Amino acid sequence: MAHNVVKNPFTYSDVDELPLETKDPDSKVKANMISARDFNLWYGAKHALKKINIEIKKNIVTAIMGPSGCGKSSLLRSINRINDLIPTCRTEGTLLIDGKNIYDSKVDVDDLRRRVGMVFQKPNPFPKSIYENVSFGPKIHGVTEKAELDSLVEKSLKGAALWEEVKDRLNDNAYSLSGGQQQRLCIARALSIEPEIILLDEPCSALDPIATTKIETLMRQLKDSYTVVLVTHNLQQAARVSDMTAFMYIGEVVEFGNTRDIFENPRNELTENYITGKFG
Amino acid sequence: MNSNNTRRYITGRLVLAVGIIAVSISLLSLTILLMDSFTDGLKYLDWGFVTSYPSRFPDLAGILPALFGTVWVVGLTAVFSFPIGVSAAIYLEEYAPKNRLTELIQLNIANLAGVPSIVYGLLGLGVFVEVLAMGRVVLAGALTMTLLILPVIIITSREAIRSVPREYREGAFALGASNWQVTRRIVLPEAFPGILTGTILSLSRAIGEAAPMIAIAALAYVRFVPKSPFDRFTVMSIQIYNWINMPRTEFRDLAASGIIVLLIVLLAMNSVAILIRNKYQKRGVG
Repeated sequence: MAHNVVKNPFTYSDVDELPLETKDPDSKVKANMISARDFNLWYGAKHALKKINIEIKKNIVTAIMGPSGCGKSSLLRSINRINDLIPTCRTEGTLLIDGKNIYDSKVDVDDLRRRVGMVFQKPNPFPKSIYENVSFGPKIHGVTEKAELDSLVEKSLKGAALWEEVKDRLNDNAYSLSGGQQQRLCIARALSIEPEIILLDEPCSALDPIATTKIETLMRQLKDSYTVVLVTHNLQQAARVSDMTAFMYIGEVVEFGNTRDIFENPRNELTENYITGKFG
Repeated sequence: MNSNNTRRYITGRLVLAVGIIAVSISLLSLTILLMDSFTDGLKYLDWGFVTSYPSRFPDLAGILPALFGTVWVVGLTAVFSFPIGVSAAIYLEEYAPKNRLTELIQLNIANLAGVPSIVYGLLGLGVFVEVLAMGRVVLAGALTMTLLILPVIIITSREAIRSVPREYREGAFALGASNWQVTRRIVLPEAFPGILTGTILSLSRAIGEAAPMIAIAALAYVRFVPKSPFDRFTVMSIQIYNWINMPRTEFRDLAASGIIVLLIVLLAMNSVAILIRNKYQKRGVG
């Protein structure tokens, strides 16, 4: 392919905390966490995901990128079945988490969502206090003891690198926080239920560059304990944060592999055109 | 550019003028109505008026039974209609499958809100007074009023529930909350002020309604105060209507006094409701 002709516009120099060599040290040997097998999704008559086959590995950051409307968010929202909330949405094929098909009729969707946390595009804290936002998840899953809730709230806020900023104002309304803090609060909220997977749907698209940097740093830390799946339309972000990258186009996964390979040696012309900015 | 700006300026001014005229008309008619009621009504309006029974002597006549009747009917109506209406709204918004049947139900509720109130009065007379043999008692009146305002409560509560941002629901569902947990802990607290506003407006309508009560409340002089839901009663709107129909002008002045008492009760109820609503709104934000 033409990758020799067009110079890759991305240097990895902005990956400051994480040297390039360690970006995907052993992704090949990590276990599969999420597997889509001929997975299809429709909104009414619109075929939004076409025969998706993808293996997302444990404890790494996997980025899904592609132009608007390519189905990247639909794929992400299928992993915790939040798409079920859309009445016209229907699926076909299988989506496995830990080898179990989450679209099986016996699956308890509430339990699935407890195992798969999600952070949305626009920060969406509940109109409650910071403390109540983070304790909401544990509470609905039966934690009632104050001491246990307190420690979960602290642990989650620390995990989202927000504790130092809010520890003295836990009873303030969540909307008194800045946009970047709100998004980290939403990450803390997702961590509070101790999930195995964290889905992030363009988590920085509403944030300024400084807040974005903070969240990106956080994402790289999260993969030690969680399997992270990130949807982004921001190429640099995918390059900076992820270990593996999938490129989607009109409902299909065009290319999927190690982030470095995707950005430096794209095998598909569409991927290359997208990465070099010929369309977007 | 310049002529365009001029046109925009003129349009803006025109809209403002139309708005001011519209507001003035409604304010003016309200003022005239109030002034008329007050000039006629103040003559008889004293503590005795509020604590006396109706009489054939205007100086001795009072509104006590009607006042108690209204408080009884509206109070019971609130007790019946609020839980039923809000539950129906929750079901329709959060649980009902989005299909033809649900659409049909919704359409019918909207239609019911437009049915003339006298029809509800006759329905109440037929069902509660006759078939269920309650007689013309407070309970029958309250149940009739409940039927009358339920559609409005359901519609306004649904609007309030629907206005809760989808992001809150998604955020809660994404944490593994069940449908009821999302409804109970996220949706209802947010929708509560709106639901309350709808309920208050509906109850205010119920206070002033005379038509549905004509068939059920006692029309003649009522010289007793209802002590339970199973007592006979009259309401203020009916009492006012009676006085207006009297041949002597003094009774029309009594009607004006009755209107003032009705307005005071209405205002008191609305203020209490607004206080409750503000309290919840503050809790929501701060």
